[in-house]
Amino acid sequence: MPVRVRFFASLRERMGQEEVQVRVDGPLTVRELWALATDGRELPPNLLTAVNLEHAELDWTVQDGDEVAFFPPVTGG
Amino acid sequence: MHVAVTAEPIEPYRLLAEHEARRAGRRAACGATAVFIGTMRDHNEGDPVQAMTLEHYPGMTERYLERLVAEARARWAIDDALVVHRVGELRPGDPIVVVGVWAAHRAHALAACRHLIEELKSRAPFWKKERLPDGERWVEHNTPGEVEEPPAGGDPARRSA
Repeated sequence: MPVRVRFFASLRERMGQEEVQVRVDGPLTVRELWALATDGRELPPNLLTAVNLEHAELDWTVQDGDEVAFFPPVTGG
Repeated sequence: MHVAVTAEPIEPYRLLAEHEARRAGRRAACGATAVFIGTMRDHNEGDPVQAMTLEHYPGMTERYLERLVAEARARWAIDDALVVHRVGELRPGDPIVVVGVWAAHRAHALAACRHLIEELKSRAPFWKKERLPDGERWVEHNTPGEVEEPPAGGDPARRSA
């Protein structure tokens, strides 16, 4: 199963898409997934990430079938 | 405990009254209710703001808010909590969020309420896009949650004009 990669808010607009499906060949880190999903785009400063709806760090390992989200700093409330 | 994210306009005082009614049987056990209501301002960073769109991460946001409330229950002696957050199109004056905390004593109610709104603002996946007279912009950071303490000068009520 591919990894579902989602982008939110200003990052979604910059990427020009809400999500991409990425086929992964074995486990990889969130950082490596970013590179695959964005054709090697530079990591934005203050980028936040989530794996399967939980906050995650860039060195977290992504598995087949996971949902990974990239988003800018949050501004609720 | 009640946590919700909604695209419908919210009425914080009605939500609080409804929640009070639901917990009528427990009211006598609580001597303190702390409430925070966040409302959309008509200005930000020196610019007039005409409208705002609030976006969230369906699934993750609700889960994060549930976790925050559970953590607050573990950390403070609170009896109940209510968190309702708005998403979608907002106008100045529209309520964005209501946080209510019920506890036997005020110290726990106030501390938990403060914690919930500050954690929500710094970690819960919500994003604001403002509409200004000359275009749109994403809000990049929240205003600080702390104020500078005024200089110590005794009881302000006793100060002469």
